[in-house]
Amino acid sequence: MAKDLGWKELPEGDILKSGTAVQFETGDWRTKKPVWDEKLCIQCLFCYIYCPDSAITVKDSKVTGVDYRFCKGCGICENVCPVKPVKAIRMFKEEK
Amino acid sequence: MSIQTVAKTGNEAMAEAMRQINPDVVAAYPITPATEIVMIFSQFVADGLVDTEFVAVESEHSAMTATLAACAAGARSMTGTSSQGLALMYEILPIVSAMRLPIVMPEVNRAISGPINIHCDHSDTMAARDFGWLQIFSENSQEAYDNILQAMKICEHKDVRLPAMVTTDGFIISHCMEKIEMFDDKTVQEYVGKYPAYTKLLDLENPITLGALDLQNYYFEHKRQVAEAVKNSKKIILEIGKDFGKRFGREYGFIEKYKLDDADIAVICLGSTAGSAKSVVNELREKGIKAGLLKIRVFRPFPDEEIASALEGVKVAAAIERSDGFAGKGGPLYDEIRSALYDKKKKPLVVDYIAGLGGREITHDHLTEIFSEIGKIAATGSVENPVQYKGVR
Repeated sequence: MAKDLGWKELPEGDILKSGTAVQFETGDWRTKKPVWDEKLCIQCLFCYIYCPDSAITVKDSKVTGVDYRFCKGCGICENVCPVKPVKAIRMFKEEK
Repeated sequence: MSIQTVAKTGNEAMAEAMRQINPDVVAAYPITPATEIVMIFSQFVADGLVDTEFVAVESEHSAMTATLAACAAGARSMTGTSSQGLALMYEILPIVSAMRLPIVMPEVNRAISGPINIHCDHSDTMAARDFGWLQIFSENSQEAYDNILQAMKICEHKDVRLPAMVTTDGFIISHCMEKIEMFDDKTVQEYVGKYPAYTKLLDLENPITLGALDLQNYYFEHKRQVAEAVKNSKKIILEIGKDFGKRFGREYGFIEKYKLDDADIAVICLGSTAGSAKSVVNELREKGIKAGLLKIRVFRPFPDEEIASALEGVKVAAAIERSDGFAGKGGPLYDEIRSALYDKKKKPLVVDYIAGLGGREITHDHLTEIFSEIGKIAATGSVENPVQYKGVR
């Protein structure tokens, strides 16, 4: 939104168009970051399904990486990754 | 239109009103003394008398959440509760008004615990008075029925779009059988009309986001809109009350004046106490005492101008209220009435009587005593003790 709307012009009831979360980047307080390894990945898409911030990027039904603008570093992707013995997504300490 | 005269308790009257409205969704959890409303209604659902989806939830927190969600999805949605149930809904109540969802909820006034108590006072709704919900109080079963029907229209009006709680006094009205007039189902259906869904979450062609995060940049503006809608509702409540009178013969406003126009002394109250007060006023009038009553029907929005003008010629008025705001200076009714009078040149002295907590009866004798005490104030012009408790040992 270019200009901050006043109460008279603002849509009532806080009704917005859908998909506004993409404008709100949530990836700036991460302490651990997931790193995806394309070679180990079996393309099960579990990480994509479970990620609460839709931060796993997918193209043509295949995982392509992590969108760090939105990743909060919760580690769910690592947790659900079924690849053994080394997971295809692993959490590392976020470097400043 | 056909009118049927029937015997109904307050709870039955409200459940019947809900049946005739035939809402799309009712999500509810039982709580004394409001249990019967949704219990009777669930029987209507089981008997196929309504098309409602009934959601039996696990708490009032969930009842209000489910009702909110259903309403946001585009369904006409209702629930009902009382006291602790309302308290468990507190978290959701201001979200409903912020999302501008026209939910109508029967609320049976019952004392807030503790100590635990199941009987009438107004501490539950008074604690919920600042949540952007309209509050309409009923004196008897007939008013409860009429108020539910009107609330539906008020809330769904495009200039209002706010929720409302319509109250009755626990047990005193909710469980007391009275003669009421009910309209036929078709008349009520036509009266409330089709639900004007302002938000349709299930409209896949036009996806929307509801209940989004609203920080320093927009929270204030959205709250300002709620304030304006509450203000706007005043005009609509009056219009709908007048129209109700034209259609059905019983007109409603913010307040009811009973022998007040030439009164020297008056009591002000909400709900069932007004019935007893009318009979005491009649007794005093027979003795030549100019006593009157001001019944407040709508507490939110607060009808300050109407109250100030109704009390203009009165010398002393006593607020009789069934809740103590624990402000150390009298209850909420007293507070708001005095605030309404502050800028007026002609105004009565106002005193406060906190009475009837936890279902303690407010008797004819109590009311007669109150009139006699404010009669003395009118004679001397001095108030010794502005806030008193009537009927406490």
